[in-house]
Amino acid sequence: MTTRTRPNHWLSALAIVLFAVVFLVPFAFIVLTAAKSQTESALLQFSWPTEWAFVQNLRDVVEARDYLLIIAFINSTILTVASVAVVVILAAMAAFVLQRRKGRWTSGLNLVVLSGLVIPPAVVPTIWVLQQTGLFKTMPGLILVEIAYAMAFCVLLFQAFIASVPRELDEAATIDGAGPVGLFFRVVFPLLRPIIVTIVVVQSVFIWNDFASPLYFLPGDENATVQLTLFTFQGQYTNAYNLLFMDILLVTVPPLIMFMIFQRQIVSGMVAGSVKG
Amino acid sequence: MTAIAPAETASRLEDQPGSDRPKAQKSPYPYWFLVPGGLIFTIFFLVPSVMAFYFSLTRWTLFDQEFIGLDNYVQFFREPALASGLWHTIVYAAVTSGLKVVLGMALAVLLTGPILGRGFMRSVAFFPVLVSTIGVGLTFQVLMHPTKGVINQALDLIGITGPAWLVDPDWALLSVALVDVWQGVGLATVIYMAGILSIPGEYFEAAKMDGAGPWHRFRHVTLPLAKPATVSVIILSLIGGMRKFDLIWAMTKGGPGFTSDVMASVVYKQYQAGFYGLSTAGNVVLFLLVIGIVLPLFWFFNRKEDPR
Repeated sequence: MTTRTRPNHWLSALAIVLFAVVFLVPFAFIVLTAAKSQTESALLQFSWPTEWAFVQNLRDVVEARDYLLIIAFINSTILTVASVAVVVILAAMAAFVLQRRKGRWTSGLNLVVLSGLVIPPAVVPTIWVLQQTGLFKTMPGLILVEIAYAMAFCVLLFQAFIASVPRELDEAATIDGAGPVGLFFRVVFPLLRPIIVTIVVVQSVFIWNDFASPLYFLPGDENATVQLTLFTFQGQYTNAYNLLFMDILLVTVPPLIMFMIFQRQIVSGMVAGSVKG
Repeated sequence: MTAIAPAETASRLEDQPGSDRPKAQKSPYPYWFLVPGGLIFTIFFLVPSVMAFYFSLTRWTLFDQEFIGLDNYVQFFREPALASGLWHTIVYAAVTSGLKVVLGMALAVLLTGPILGRGFMRSVAFFPVLVSTIGVGLTFQVLMHPTKGVINQALDLIGITGPAWLVDPDWALLSVALVDVWQGVGLATVIYMAGILSIPGEYFEAAKMDGAGPWHRFRHVTLPLAKPATVSVIILSLIGGMRKFDLIWAMTKGGPGFTSDVMASVVYKQYQAGFYGLSTAGNVVLFLLVIGIVLPLFWFFNRKEDPR
């Protein structure tokens, strides 16, 4: 429907300018403010910095509060990598069985999985569970919670994809003497690569950006994650807008890199995930 | 990859033969594959969700608990500061969801139309979805500064005196909702784009042949055939809107006063104050709200889609 009609140049130009103003100006503001001196940044203006203090601000932010930002980056990386690695494997295994064995049992389980997308997590009872298991205020505890929260989304996406993997493959592998574990990890799992990439990228961004879970389940400065430090930074350095925006800029860089490399997978994954849910 | 939505019931029937195979043979799909993932999901998600109903009936300090019946709920609905959170949650979810549907649809129509720079605009609109919500909240807190903020300065230039946004009790909740739309409209747009691009081009051709103008083509072809996308956007943004916490917390902390407090921020405040039972009651109210709004919608949309 689009190929035959000639592109409308005026409309295009107008739309591009509008999109740039609405969606890019806030990011430009972040970068420019992150490069200003403290007094200039306090004016909150959208303007070119009169003197570039970018490197100085970068150093100040990193060194602030005893290198808390470095600790936070390390913690957030551990949290993201561990949660995503585990959830991908466990969700793929579960989705494989749920997709291949259709019956009253599994469709009931599917409803439970779906509930995971809808129900708002009960936070204080989760803290209670973590305390009972001795995992409250520990990184493994937070990782397990993130896995639980991500499970539903991942299982649904994996199921939809596994439906396109032919059953004949399973049969052939079984006849060749592969057990369930061999069948899944040697034959099926490698075929899931496209959806694994999508899930890894999307979930990494989700967990990296998660604020509420660390706030509730892993409080305390020594365990800080990037979102938490960003939030507390604002309270402690009320007028140092240049440093605040440098902090925002640094926290935004990892998702930006992910986006530039994996744009297609992210968009298709989030569309599929939302249509499914 | 895109339109895999409501085929669940149909595919279950197709797959039925598979489960009738001889049971004696060991299945290549063992149920224990469900155990590790299911265990984590159960312990850290399902158990707390179920226990919440019990804990919401107690006065609770994590160490000991005393059963007090429905007192927490009574207190919740009696205290205007708490009960207004329920109303704000509904308003917030409705506003964000409505705007995301309208703007997402409009942007998607624009970006699937005869236009240059489509890829650029799609990327630009989608990127905020991936950015830290806390970062977005703090940035807009600055941009929305009543006097010095870039937004009001820009409005001044064209002769409009902008509102005080986040510090005006009448505007605070709406301001946060607008920022939510700014951040989330990219996702709605790409969902709609997928929906619109899956409509066969012949439909538009045929409508054109019959003399339908652009508006009629939109009204009678695009709109009805993109309905699955609309359903997704509505449900997704309603759920997201009702559960929203981080953006509101970063921008207003529920203030000024309690004018932008929503359920999720009430839950957090009561937790911070040590009223765990009350906090959990708030959680249960939120749970019932989400279920009470989303389930009927699911049912409604699925029922109307069946006859095909």
